[in-house]
Amino acid sequence: MPQLSKDARHPVSCTLNGKEVSGYAEPRMLLSDFLTHEIGITSCHVGCEHGVCGACTVLVDGNITRACLTFAVQIDGCQIDTSECLANADGELSDLQKAFKKHHGLQCGYCTPGILMSLTAYLKENQDPSEQELREILSGHLCRCTGYVGMVRAVLDYCKNKTT
Amino acid sequence: MKPKGFDYLKATSVGEATEALARGGEDVRLIAGGMSLVPMLNFRLVEPSILIDISKIADRKYIREERGMVEIGSATRQCELENWDEVSEKLPLLAEALPVLGHYQTRARGTVCGSLVHADPSSELPLCLATLGGEVVLSSSKGSRTLKASDFQTGMLSVAKRADEMVTAVRYPVAERGVGYAFKEMSQRHGDYAIVALAAVASENKIKLGVGGVADKPTVREWENLDDNALDEALNTFAWELGGYDDIHASARYRRELVRRLGKKTIEEARKCRS
Amino acid sequence: MATAKEKIKYVGSPLERVEDNILLQGKAQYSDHLPTRAGTAHAAILRSPHAHAKINSISINKAKSHPGVLDVLTGDDVKEMSEAFLIVLRAPINQWALAVERVRYVGEPVAIVIARDRYIAEDAVGLIEADYSPLPPAIDQEEATKDDAPVVHEAAGSNVVSTREFSYGEPEKAFAEADKIVNVKIRYPRNSQTPLEGFVVNAEYIAGEDLYDVASNYQGPFTSHPVMSMALRVKNSQLRMRTPQWSGGGFGIKVQIFPYVVLMCLASKRVGRPVKWVEDKLEHLAAAAAAPNRVIELEAACKSDGTVTAFKFDQLDDYGAFLRAPMPGPLYRMHGILTGAYDIKNLTVRNRVVLTNKCPSAMVRGFGGPQMYYGIERVMHKVAVELGLDPLEVLKKNLVPAGVFPYRAAAGALLDSGDYPKAVELGVEKGHLADLKKRRDQARAEGKLYGIGYAAIVEPAQSNMGYLSNILPHEERQRNPKGGAAANATITVDPLGTVSVTADSIPQGQGHQTILSQIVADELGLTPENIKVNLDFDTAKDAWSIATGNYSSRFSSATTVACYKAAQKIKDKLARIASQTLNVPPKQIGFANGMVFDTANSENSIKFYRAAGAAHWTPGALPEGMEPCVRETGSWSPPELESPNEQDQINTSLTYGFVFDYCGVEIDRDTGAVKIDKYVTTHDSGTILNPLIADGQVFGAFAWGVGCALYEEFVYGEDGSFKTGTFADYLVPTIHEVPEPKIIHMESPSMVTPLGAKGIAEGNCMSTPVCIANAVADATGEQDLTLPLIASKVARIVHGEEPPPPSGDKVEESHATDGRLRGDGETAVPAPSDLVWETLLNPEALAAVIPGCHKLDEVEKNSYQAEVSLGVGPVRGKFRAKVALSDIIEGKSTTLSGGLEGPLGTSSGVGHVVLSEEDGKTIVTYDYAIKLSGTVASVGGRMLEGAAKALVKQFFNRLTAQITGQKDSGSSSGVTTNGLWAFIKRILGFKS
Repeated sequence: MPQLSKDARHPVSCTLNGKEVSGYAEPRMLLSDFLTHEIGITSCHVGCEHGVCGACTVLVDGNITRACLTFAVQIDGCQIDTSECLANADGELSDLQKAFKKHHGLQCGYCTPGILMSLTAYLKENQDPSEQELREILSGHLCRCTGYVGMVRAVLDYCKNKTT
Repeated sequence: MKPKGFDYLKATSVGEATEALARGGEDVRLIAGGMSLVPMLNFRLVEPSILIDISKIADRKYIREERGMVEIGSATRQCELENWDEVSEKLPLLAEALPVLGHYQTRARGTVCGSLVHADPSSELPLCLATLGGEVVLSSSKGSRTLKASDFQTGMLSVAKRADEMVTAVRYPVAERGVGYAFKEMSQRHGDYAIVALAAVASENKIKLGVGGVADKPTVREWENLDDNALDEALNTFAWELGGYDDIHASARYRRELVRRLGKKTIEEARKCRS
Repeated sequence: MATAKEKIKYVGSPLERVEDNILLQGKAQYSDHLPTRAGTAHAAILRSPHAHAKINSISINKAKSHPGVLDVLTGDDVKEMSEAFLIVLRAPINQWALAVERVRYVGEPVAIVIARDRYIAEDAVGLIEADYSPLPPAIDQEEATKDDAPVVHEAAGSNVVSTREFSYGEPEKAFAEADKIVNVKIRYPRNSQTPLEGFVVNAEYIAGEDLYDVASNYQGPFTSHPVMSMALRVKNSQLRMRTPQWSGGGFGIKVQIFPYVVLMCLASKRVGRPVKWVEDKLEHLAAAAAAPNRVIELEAACKSDGTVTAFKFDQLDDYGAFLRAPMPGPLYRMHGILTGAYDIKNLTVRNRVVLTNKCPSAMVRGFGGPQMYYGIERVMHKVAVELGLDPLEVLKKNLVPAGVFPYRAAAGALLDSGDYPKAVELGVEKGHLADLKKRRDQARAEGKLYGIGYAAIVEPAQSNMGYLSNILPHEERQRNPKGGAAANATITVDPLGTVSVTADSIPQGQGHQTILSQIVADELGLTPENIKVNLDFDTAKDAWSIATGNYSSRFSSATTVACYKAAQKIKDKLARIASQTLNVPPKQIGFANGMVFDTANSENSIKFYRAAGAAHWTPGALPEGMEPCVRETGSWSPPELESPNEQDQINTSLTYGFVFDYCGVEIDRDTGAVKIDKYVTTHDSGTILNPLIADGQVFGAFAWGVGCALYEEFVYGEDGSFKTGTFADYLVPTIHEVPEPKIIHMESPSMVTPLGAKGIAEGNCMSTPVCIANAVADATGEQDLTLPLIASKVARIVHGEEPPPPSGDKVEESHATDGRLRGDGETAVPAPSDLVWETLLNPEALAAVIPGCHKLDEVEKNSYQAEVSLGVGPVRGKFRAKVALSDIIEGKSTTLSGGLEGPLGTSSGVGHVVLSEEDGKTIVTYDYAIKLSGTVASVGGRMLEGAAKALVKQFFNRLTAQITGQKDSGSSSGVTTNGLWAFIKRILGFKS
C-alpha cells in the first residue's frame, strides 16, 4: 500500500450497515467524523474524542471499535456496523432494542447506539451473562441520564427471553 | 480536538514497517490498537509526520510458547491474550491483570505490545513484564535485538526503543510450579489507570513485589522469605524508596500506604496461590 | 358503531416512550446532524492558558494566511461588533464573547478561527501567537473575599459583588434561648453533570434581513434570548433561535451556550456564510460551566431534645470570572426553602456572591439545592451527634408536620402538599431500615467501617421568574417587579382529525413527547400513538416566553399544564361543534375511544375526526362566531408565583416534593474506598404522570448524586490551572460505581397544578451527596467532610499516622492540590565546578544542555529567550521559553526563574542550583517549583510530576554529557552532544 499523503483526501470505501459506501478522507480524519460528516449517518455519536465515553462505538469487521480513536483510512475495505443495522427493514426494533424500550434503558439516547453495538458484539460470544459480567461490559460506556439501571434490566430480560 | 496532519502507511510486513521507520526519522509513530496514541494525537500532545499502521501485519498476530516463555506478537490484541485458552495456566499473573486493564472495549482493540511501548507507569502489562522478568523483541531494518524488561523500561512513557525500531514481540516467562502469583490494584473507578498496581510472585524461598503507579516506571523488589514484621518493614522501606507523588487523584502518602497495605495483601495472596 | 365505554387513562401508566424507536436506531438528528448548507464554515477557538493575565498582543497573521482559513476574530473585533452581555446585577462586570484586554480564567475564549473545516481551524489556532503578562489570580473563594486579594474585575472594586442579608422570624431570640448551638462549615465543590453531547451552534447572518438564524442545542431559559439579541445589537425578533427535539443531555449546562451563539453569529456576519461550531470535551470540561462551589457556615439553634429552632446561614457562592445571566440563580433559587423539610420559623441569611479566576458558574441539575442541603443535612446530623441522639429521630422531630399544608416556610416557600412524617415512615418500613441497622451492627462487629446516613429534602419545581429580584433591596425591585413563569403548548387537529402538539419545553432526553401524548390522549379520548408531539422549537414560529426552556424541573409542573389547558380549549371547541350534531349542550359532551359523545347517552356520538374535520371542511357551518380550523395554544402562569414581598419572602418555586433517603456504606480500611451497600430513596412527587419515566429520572439524578459524593470535581491549582480536562480526570461514575437504589413512591397530588404533578428529576441531586456523606460520617466519626469523598481523602481519615521512613526522618506531608510541581535532588557531574558553572551561564552551552532547545538568545545579561521542543516519550510540544538568572553567587549558586508558552500551555517556575566540589566532582544540588497551565495541565495531570522529573533528569544527563563528552545515556534519540574539548574551544572562541 502506498503512503497516503497528509495533504490529500483519499478514497475510503466500506460496507456500512450492509451497504457499499465510499467517501474521501485525509489520513487524520477520525472515523467518527467520516461516518457523520462525510457519509452522513446519525448513529455514531461523538462524546469525548479521547476514548473514554464510548458513545462513538461501532463494529469494524465485527470488533468493537471506538470510532474517535480510529482513522477513516484504517477501515478502507472493512465492514462497519452501527445501531442503524439492528432493526429490520420495516423499522421493527430488534429484541434487544425492544428490551431497552420496555425497561427505559435510555433517556437522551446519545450513548445508546454505542452501547447497543458493544452488547451486540458481546452477546454473540456470551448469550447468558451474569449481571456482574454485564456490568463489566457496560462499564466501558458512560451514560449521564439513566444511572444504568434500565439498561441492565433490559439486557438481563432480553437474555432470559432468548435462553428460555 | 482533532489531530494534526500526518502521512499514513498501512504496513503489511515488519520489513515494510521498519524500512519506513528508517526513512521517516524521529517523527514517525507506529499505531497498533491506538488506544493510548490516538487520544494523544487528538489532544495534539503527539504530532507525528508519519503514522505507520502495524495492526494488520498478519504474521505478528500470534501467541506461542517457546523455551519457557510465552511470546506474543505485536499485532495481538489484549482480548486475544485474555481469551487465550492457556492464559490461566501459563500466565496466571496476566490472567488476573488483564480483566482490570481498561475496559472490554479497549482490550478489544488495544494490543499487548502497544501497551508496553506506551509505558504508562501505572499500566498493568508493563508491571507484569517487569515483575516476571520478561523480555521484548525489537526489530529495525538493520536487524533485531532482545531487551530484558529492566533494560527496556526507562521511565515515564519512555522505553529503550530507538526511533527506527518497532517492538515485534514480547515474551513473558511461563509460570513455574510451586510459585504463586497475585495481582491487585486500586483505581478510582473501574477500568481507570491504577493509582497503585501491585504484582507479587511467591516461591518457596523468595517473594517478589512489583509496583506500578508510584515511581516513573514499574519497580520490583525481591526478598528472601520474611516473617510478618520483617515484611512490614521491608514494605515500608520500599514504599519510602518509591516516594510517590501527588496528583489530583491521590497524594504521595496515599500511594505509599497502598504499597504497604495492598502490597502485603498481594503477597499474602500469592503465597496462598502456591499451595 | 363503537360506543364510548369506560375510559382508559394514560396519565399515570408506565407507557413505553414514543421517543425510543428513533433513538434506539440511531436515526435521531442531534444538533451535529442538522443540515448545513454548502459553504458552511467551521470554527475553532483559542483559549486562555492563564487564569489571569493581561493580553499584550495577539498575532493572527500566520493563522489568517493558513490555507483554508477564512478569518480570525479577536476580542477587539468582538468588542467593536457587539455589546457586553447584560447581567443581573448593576455592576461593571463586562463580558464579551471573546476576552477583551484581559483573560480571567483558563479556557476563556481569546480568538476564533473560521475555516473550511474543523481540522484546519484547529491547525490555525495553533498558529496564533498570544502574548500575555500573567497577573496574580484569585482562586480560592474565601481568599478572594479578602481586601488584599487580586481583583477579577478591577472596575467592580472587589470580588464580592453582591451581599444581601435577610432575617425571618426571631432568630436572635431563638439563638439566645438555645440549649445548644451546633455549627458546620462546608465547602461544596465545583462539578457538573457533563452531558455527553457538547454544545453545538450553527449560526447564519442573513444580511438582507439583518437577521441571525441560529440552530443550536441551547436549552433555555429564554431570559437569555434578549441578552443575546442586545449583545448582537438587533431587535429580539432578529435573532431566530431554533433547537432540535433531540439533545444529548442538558442538565442545565446548555444554558451557557449563549456566549457562543453570539460569537458564531458575529463570525458568520464577518465571513458572510454560515458558521458551525461543535464544542469538544476539553472545551466543555474547562470552559462550559460548573455548579458554583459554595462555602456555607450554618449554625443551628437547638433544644436538648433535638428540636431545631433557628438556622443562621452564611453563604458564599463562587461564580467564577463572570456573572453570566441568569446568575447568581443557584444562590436564590432555593431561598424560599432555606429551612428545608423542617418546621423552623426563625432564620437569618447572609448571601454573598464572589468572583474568582475560574470558569463562570451556571445552572447544573439541582441548581443550588445540592449545596444548600449539604449544609442543612450535615448540620442536622451533627445536631444528633452532639446531643447524643439518633439522627433519624432528630430529622423526624423537626419535619414540617402533617396536616399543615399549604405551609408557608419562613423565607416564603408555599409548600403545596405532602405528609413528610408519613413518607419517612413509609421509607423506613418499605426500605427495611431495621435490616440495614442489623447489617451495620454485624459489619461493625466484624471490625468493618460501616455507617448509615439520612437526608430529608424538599424538592422544588418550576421556578418563580421573580426569585432573583430578591438580590435587590425591596425598594429597588419595586420599580420593576418580577414574578410568575409562563409555559406554552399548542395543539392542532388537522382536517383528517390527527392531532399534533408543540410546546416550549426544549426536552433534553426525559420523555416529554411521551408524557404530552399521554395527557392529550386522555383529554381528547384518543390513544397516545395518535398524538404526534414535535418538540423542536423555533422562536420565529412557536409560542414562547422568557420562562421557556428546560430547567428547574419545569416540565411536569408547568409545560404539562399549558398542554392540558390547550387540550381543554380544543375540547370546548369540539364540544360546541359536536353539540350541533348530537343536539345536546356542549357541557354534556364527552371524549373517549376516538369518539365525541353525549355523556347521557353514549350511543349518541360522532367520531372525533368528524367533529374536528368540520372546522376545516365546512367552516361555514360552524356555530355562530366560531373561528375555523382547530389550533389552540395553552399559556399558563400560576398565580402562586408572586414577586417577593416587603419582608423579602418569596415563593421561589411552584411545587414542592419531598424526598427521604437513607443508605449504608462500607469503607475499605486499606484503600479508603467508599462502597454504597444499600440505598433507599422515598419520593412524594405528587401525581406521577409516567412511573417508568419518573423512576428513570430518579435513577439518573441518583447516579449524578453518587458522582458528586464520591468522584466528581473540577479541580484547579492554586495558580488557577485547570486539572480535570478529560474523562480520565473528571470522574464520571460508570455502571460499577452506581448501585441500583430502591425507590419508594408516595403520591400527595399538588394543589397548585391541575394534574397534581410535581418535579422529580432533581431531588436525588440534592439528597444523595449529603446522605452518603452522613453515612461516611457515621462510619468514621469524622464530621469535617468535603466532597467528593475520593478514596485517598477518606483514607487520610481512617489510616492514622503514617509509619516513618526507615531513616526515622519526619516527612512533611505534601498537598495534592497545591498546583505546583516540586522536586529536588542532587547529581554529581565529573568535572570541576567552575566548568559546570561556565556551562550554566553560557548561552550557547546552555542551549546544548536544555532538552529540545533549538535556539537560545541572550536578551540582556543573564536573561535568555529560547525556542524549545520539550516532552516526555512521544509527547512533544514547542514552546517559547524565557529564563532569567538572579541571586548569582559567582561559581556557587543561582536562582533560575522563567516560563514557557506554547500551544500546549504555559508554565512558570523557580529553581535554585547550588554547586559544590567534592573529590574533583561537582555536586549540583537543585530544587524547583513549577506551575503549569493550559492543555497539558488539563489533560496530563497524572503524568506531570513524572514528566517534570524526567525533564530535569534529561537536563542533568545532558549537562554531564556536555561537559564530559560522553553520550547522553538518558536520551532515547541517541543525540550525541559535543565533548568537553569542543565546548571549551567554543567558549574560548575557537572554531571546532
